[in-house]
Amino acid sequence: MLHIPCPYCGPRDETEFHYGSEAHVAYPENSANLTDEEWAKFVFIRSNPKGWMAERWVHSAGCRRWFNVWRNTINHEFGPSYKPFTQQPKSPA
Amino acid sequence: MANMTRRRTVELPDHPDFLWVAEQKPKKSYDVIIIGAGGHGLATAYYLAKNHGITNVAVIEKGWLAGGNMGRNTTIIRSNYLWDESAGIYDHSLKLWENLEEEVGYEMFFSQRGVMTLAHSVSDVRSKQRNFYANHVNAVDSVWLTPEEVKEIAPIVNISEDIRYPVMGATFQPRGGIAKHDWVAWGYAKAAADLGVDIIQNCEVTGFDIVNGKVKGVKTTQGDIAANKVGMVAAGHTSVLANMAGFDVPLQSRPLQALVSPLLEQVLDTVIMSGAVHVYVSQAHKGELVMGAGTDSYNSYAQRGGFHVIEHQLAAACELFPIFERAHLLRTWGGIVDIAPDASPIIGLTPVENLYINSGWGTGGFKATPGSGWVMAATIANGEPDALAKPYALDRFISGHLIDEHGAAGVAH
Ligand SMILES: Cc1cc2nc3c(=O)[nH]c(=O)nc-3n(C[C@H](O)[C@H](O)[C@H](O)COP(=O)(O)OP(=O)(O)OC[C@H]3O[C@@H](n4cnc5c(N)ncnc54)[C@H](O)[C@@H]3O)c2cc1C
Ligand SMILES: [Zn+2]
Repeated sequence: MLHIPCPYCGPRDETEFHYGSEAHVAYPENSANLTDEEWAKFVFIRSNPKGWMAERWVHSAGCRRWFNVWRNTINHEFGPSYKPFTQQPKSPA
Repeated sequence: MANMTRRRTVELPDHPDFLWVAEQKPKKSYDVIIIGAGGHGLATAYYLAKNHGITNVAVIEKGWLAGGNMGRNTTIIRSNYLWDESAGIYDHSLKLWENLEEEVGYEMFFSQRGVMTLAHSVSDVRSKQRNFYANHVNAVDSVWLTPEEVKEIAPIVNISEDIRYPVMGATFQPRGGIAKHDWVAWGYAKAAADLGVDIIQNCEVTGFDIVNGKVKGVKTTQGDIAANKVGMVAAGHTSVLANMAGFDVPLQSRPLQALVSPLLEQVLDTVIMSGAVHVYVSQAHKGELVMGAGTDSYNSYAQRGGFHVIEHQLAAACELFPIFERAHLLRTWGGIVDIAPDASPIIGLTPVENLYINSGWGTGGFKATPGSGWVMAATIANGEPDALAKPYALDRFISGHLIDEHGAAGVAH
């Protein structure tokens, strides 16, 4: 089980959280003018890196807040976690 | 217990290193390179040679033969998905399974013991019945079972009404079943090698040679190898390879875990799945109970997941099959599965000319091994999608023609 560093509560067991996939995927600003290719990219494409990844979790059985965290998909090691709308820490890579 | 499958007492084949050249080194160039010696890559190579006469082929594997999902799955085979496109490719595959051992001349313990999919709520019953009728429209064998009929086929199932997830009915595909996955890989490897295919292990593809949008070969840990055509059949690592070739795929790599009990007396002679409670179980020929759990929630390439996922599935299994409470957990393991947004595979051409893709089989591609190899070989040989593969093109995510099999594939298979 992962031990996930909630930036509000500190490290807690994975079973207290739900996963929110890749972080920093913003809704397109010019949505009225997007092509089908651009919509496909926004709706379906998420990066799937082997290595460090910035991702979202929600601490659903704890503070119930969303946050972002760096995690390595090769060995599940965690890097820094951070609150939304704050400066993203550099990738630990 | 009536109707019990007798354990087959055929001679087990020796570990088949001798079936192909285990230490094969790559040649300078090939007509076709297949990346990945899982079931689908090996089957692709075999059908390229067998159906299309293309034998100057190498299958390149970063680890060892069938060390990926091919050797880690719970071996469930069926073709009773919802949509016409799925009936097309999965039932073609099942028909190939029905003759496969004879065709490649290798024992695979293919056993059509039936696959039962349980329904546990009114909406579950409705969606399973919809699936059952859709199967009839597509001439895929399918039977609807009442809880009593479930009990008749599998007496160890708890059909009492006062459990958390009561059994309210089930679909049953009599032609479904299981096979011994490592032997399937070895059978295809042997048959492909006999036809001249090189199988190269411990050779990782680290890049592509692409000139003017056309693939010319691959870079590997054993040097550069030229090829007229390249097929990526790399399951959980497809995104990594696609990125090397300069394009994106709508796939996420997630852990999927399975577990076995020690060898037990035969108590179950069919396959039972329950999407709602994340249980799927069969009893292998030697006697171990083989069970699959759900996917872990996060992206990973680590081939392992959390134990709470195993516990969750065992809790449900013990309620459905009270006799399992006395069994021990012998071993758990995980594979990395490539999940597409509509739980259907991605097969066909890519933005790079002469580079082909076969991926996205996610949690349920073992059953499709023969059919997947068949259509991939045809697609590579002809340079255009095989008819059964056409709906599975990468551009369906742009056109919106998704083949949504979440209901039929679910977490289970
Ligand atoms: C626990 C578990 C249970 C499952 N249960 C079922 C089931 O009951 N029924 C069912 O139908 N399906 C099931 N599946 C899914 C099924 O196993 C997969 O869909 C299927 O095996 C994928 O195709 P494959 O055999 O070719 O993949 P793999 O065996 O994973 O083959 C891909 C190969 O590509 C190689 N590779 C990757 N990158 C590179 C590179 N850069 N260079 C060279 N080689 C590379 C890998 O090492 C690997 O050997 C299950 C999967 C898991 C993990
Ligand atoms: Zn918290």
